[in-house]
Amino acid sequence: MDIEPGEMVSIMGASGSGKSTLLNVLGILDNYDSGEYYLNGMFVRNINETKAAQLRNRTIGFVFQSFNLISFKNAMENVALPLYYQGVTRKKRNLIAMEYLERVGLKEWWTHLPGELSGGQKQRVAIARALIAKPKVILADEPTGALDSVTSMEVIDLLQEINQLGITILIVTHEHDIALRTQRSIKLKDGFIECITYHQSNIKAVAS
Amino acid sequence: MFDLDKWQEILSTINKNRMRTFLTGFSVAWGIFMLIILLGSGKGLQNGIDAQFRQDAVNTIWFGPGTTSKTYEGLKAGREIKFTNEDYEYVRDRMEGVDKISGRYYMWQNRVISYKKEYGVFDMICVHPDYQDIENLTMDSGRYINEVDIQKKRKVAVIGRPVQKTLFKNGKSPIGEYIKINNIPFMVVGVFSDKVERDETRVYLPISTAQMISGGANRIQNLTIISSLTAAESEKFVEELRTDFAKRHKFDAEDLNAMWIFNQLKEYKMFSNLFLGIQIFVSIIGAFTIIAGIVGVSNIMIIVVNERTKEIGIRKAIGATPSSIVGMILLEAVFITGLAGYIGLMAGIGTLELVSSIIPQNQFFLNPEVDFNIAVISTGVLILAGSLAGLMPSLKASRIRPVVALRDE
Repeated sequence: MDIEPGEMVSIMGASGSGKSTLLNVLGILDNYDSGEYYLNGMFVRNINETKAAQLRNRTIGFVFQSFNLISFKNAMENVALPLYYQGVTRKKRNLIAMEYLERVGLKEWWTHLPGELSGGQKQRVAIARALIAKPKVILADEPTGALDSVTSMEVIDLLQEINQLGITILIVTHEHDIALRTQRSIKLKDGFIECITYHQSNIKAVAS
Repeated sequence: MFDLDKWQEILSTINKNRMRTFLTGFSVAWGIFMLIILLGSGKGLQNGIDAQFRQDAVNTIWFGPGTTSKTYEGLKAGREIKFTNEDYEYVRDRMEGVDKISGRYYMWQNRVISYKKEYGVFDMICVHPDYQDIENLTMDSGRYINEVDIQKKRKVAVIGRPVQKTLFKNGKSPIGEYIKINNIPFMVVGVFSDKVERDETRVYLPISTAQMISGGANRIQNLTIISSLTAAESEKFVEELRTDFAKRHKFDAEDLNAMWIFNQLKEYKMFSNLFLGIQIFVSIIGAFTIIAGIVGVSNIMIIVVNERTKEIGIRKAIGATPSSIVGMILLEAVFITGLAGYIGLMAGIGTLELVSSIIPQNQFFLNPEVDFNIAVISTGVLILAGSLAGLMPSLKASRIRPVVALRDE
């Protein structure tokens, strides 16, 4: 299976079908036993932790179902954290973090701790955090799993906007209407690809 | 290598997890605090007992004649032994290990001393010049009794500070003035002070003058020596002293009532052993206090890492390298234990200072203080232990797999 740069792909399947495992492998969070994984043209297998961390930091942005924000850091600091690991100075990374918060519409909320934000807001903070390091790929693991349908659509709108900027997006989901918003759905079953469905309307939307 | 940004990150983490920081810090600070108090109290006790001895010279042997309780070479029991100037000269000139020696002659205890219209009742102590060292006297003005006073049997007196205060009310220097003791004029040649206050209400007179005035001829009531002997050597010296004097005064050397000997060196040795006991005791408790501190810190560090598993997982997912995780946890541990150790150290020293300034100068508890090196070393040990205690969990933390940490419950 190939995922082209700039694509927006959803991965579907029942629980236990290997979605999360696939995402962990793609995110270099986990090793794999067989097969080959090329990220951005680079063969990734059994690379050491430090290298993996750097690769994750520069090329991959994560969005999780449970947001995974650091609870004692405010919205801005959470967004800025990836840049800390790139060695960007505090002042500069906070400035950049504010820019990204503005893009997800949460500029006024920058002082709030994750506990003081709604689910949709938390996910938008998490998306801003995933974006700040200018990754090639965003891996989203059930990004709408903990959200109501209205907020879910807002989050998907946001992801689609990001995709239109040329960033590859991979969404693991089990919600059909979410999958319909992507260009193609890959359905997994028992660790294998069962079928791939193309959603033409979305491909056109990108092309136009 | 000072990384400002790293420290800012750590400080903000510490600042936002105050309870955790406080608990870690408190166990360290408390450990150090208790250690300092413990060491200081031990030292205070030791200083107190030490000072008891320092008031007089510690290496003295006192001895004097008694009454025989055994017959000896046809002499009856119950005979009174008398020491004379010859005994003084014998010990001074013939015996090894005698640094200073003075006899003492008892005359006129509690007599009225007057100077013009002022008067008071004081003790007369009639001695040789070396007595100054035996009592550890310091001269405020003038001089002590000297050899010439002894030889010429001069009527001179050395008075204590309270005596000066009583007799010389107008602040006039007493040196060269004549005071009357039992209506005999003595010239004041010096004013002394003694660390033991009750020993200051005394007037020292030359022993030869006293012997002459009271018609005591060459009698000496007791002798005191300062020696540079060790405790063991002093035991031998005492034996020798007894046999020599038994021969000179014709009594049975086994007859302990014929001559009394008080070896302060031996007593001091006994107290030295007591000090050693206290020190060992304090050290053992101190070591256990440190161990308790180490255990406390380790415990909290392990809990901290467990509590932060998710946070560490997030950090790793967004690009934290394992070494940066180790660095973060470790620096935090070192920083907290270091700061808390310092606070504990200062609080302990401050408390000791406060205690020693509040409580009256007790004779058994004096100047509680801590050997600065020991304090710094023990603080260092605890900081090091804190870091090591942080190292194990932080290595564990660096191996946390984001997948596991971020798995939704």
